[in-house]
Amino acid sequence: MSASVLYDAPGPKAAVRNRIYAVVGGLAILALIAVSVIRLSDKGHLAPEMWDIFNYAGIRQNIADAVLATLKVFGLAAVGSLILGVLLAVGRLSDHKPVRWAATTFIELFRSIPLLITIYAIWVGFLTDYSMWALALGLSVYNGCVQAEVLRAGINSVPKGQSEAAFALGMSKTQVMVSVLMPQAVRAMLPTIISQLVVTLKDTSLGFIILYPELLQTARLIASNTQVNGQYPYVSTIAVIGTIYVAMCLLLSALATWIEKRGRRAKTGIAVAGAAETPEILPAGSLVGPRAEDRSAEGPDANEGTSKTN
Amino acid sequence: MNVLLDNFPEFRDGFIGTVSITAVSSVIALVLGVAVAGFRVSPVPPLRYFGTAWVTLLRNTPLTLLFLIFFFVVPEILFPGMSPFLLGSLALGFYTSSFVCEAVRSGINTVPLGQAEAARSIGMTFAQTLRIVVLPQATRSVIPPLSSIFIALTKNSAIAGAFSVTELFGWQKLMSDRGYEITPVFIWVALGYLVVTFAISGLFRLLERRMEVAR
Repeated sequence: MSASVLYDAPGPKAAVRNRIYAVVGGLAILALIAVSVIRLSDKGHLAPEMWDIFNYAGIRQNIADAVLATLKVFGLAAVGSLILGVLLAVGRLSDHKPVRWAATTFIELFRSIPLLITIYAIWVGFLTDYSMWALALGLSVYNGCVQAEVLRAGINSVPKGQSEAAFALGMSKTQVMVSVLMPQAVRAMLPTIISQLVVTLKDTSLGFIILYPELLQTARLIASNTQVNGQYPYVSTIAVIGTIYVAMCLLLSALATWIEKRGRRAKTGIAVAGAAETPEILPAGSLVGPRAEDRSAEGPDANEGTSKTN
Repeated sequence: MNVLLDNFPEFRDGFIGTVSITAVSSVIALVLGVAVAGFRVSPVPPLRYFGTAWVTLLRNTPLTLLFLIFFFVVPEILFPGMSPFLLGSLALGFYTSSFVCEAVRSGINTVPLGQAEAARSIGMTFAQTLRIVVLPQATRSVIPPLSSIFIALTKNSAIAGAFSVTELFGWQKLMSDRGYEITPVFIWVALGYLVVTFAISGLFRLLERRMEVAR
């Protein structure tokens, strides 16, 4: 149901009323923003000197280094989580019970423990002097588990006839997985995989807590080491760093949406997952696992409804 | 085992902290999320734009950054001296509200078209259609995604511990500062979180069963 079905095309009276709501609502939003700006400028946070700090080459260099550090961890974690994700997904679909069992336990365990707890434990316990590797490893483990579930959902979405045909041709299990199932699973799940990479990128900011000098940690250092007019320039630093973060994440999200739109044009019979559905908020088994099958056996459910509109 | 028994009062406080920050920010997220979802489907353009901006911005901001904003910028706008617990709950609640909003919106999409059309044809207004016909039916399909959103919220609440809110991550930090072996600490903290998340998913499964209606 599109939003416009909830209300009629407005008649003259409703149009006037809507316009009044629009003005009132718009003014209320503007007032909120205005009050915030006024309060901040009263306290001197918007003074030119506060923003002047970004004219110093040193500070700019710090920010550039921090962006690089963030991207470095992101790259490591992206590669690590994708490799681990493939391994775990294959392990979970394995015909050997112990392998399947081990992969399932690993995935369920690390998916249900807060990422920060894992990263901190790795940092304190094993990699105290290598905060970058601790962060990258923690991110890889957690996101690898999520990517594994995404890939598994993708593999399950490939029609059964495909693997049956491949087996009938005499392909081995490995060949079926590598050359028939995986490519189609990745293709169907690409938007979701990239959305999860956005989550990975956002989570690199947890490096803040284990003192890895990524973007957020640098922001904090800049803000707490520079004093302007007897105040710390938290507001301006957070504004600048926040813009960088949001820009990076939006770029990745836009890529996911673009791929989703492209995928929908092709007619392969395998639905391309929605980009907006970040696996972070997917139900523990909405696309995947026995739970999804349980529910669809009971009758039409939420997933079916959403996929209709996709 | 020792690390738990020797430091049980701190662990208990941490556990209660995790439960209470989860509860408080869930309520904030739910209220804000439903309100913003209402904005996003409303016939008033500025409210719709506001809703879209809200969701896009909050979903693309790292939660840690949001915590930084709530601890260093928001007190300057409102009033100084707000408690870390309140600020942490607000940060978590605002962040999660964007996910709640999207879940509610896709829940609204699962309600068959004819329902809203029928409501309109007997002369209901937008607010009436939403309140009496669409939202009650959407609730049912929103419950499974909401459950995982609140589980994610519980896990995210660990970050609050780094911003001096008493909860389980704070306990993990405290114990490793006191020189305890990290592995047992990790196991106990993980168990603490698992208890909370299992409780949430159990609660939601109960809700789901109670609201189950054949369609």
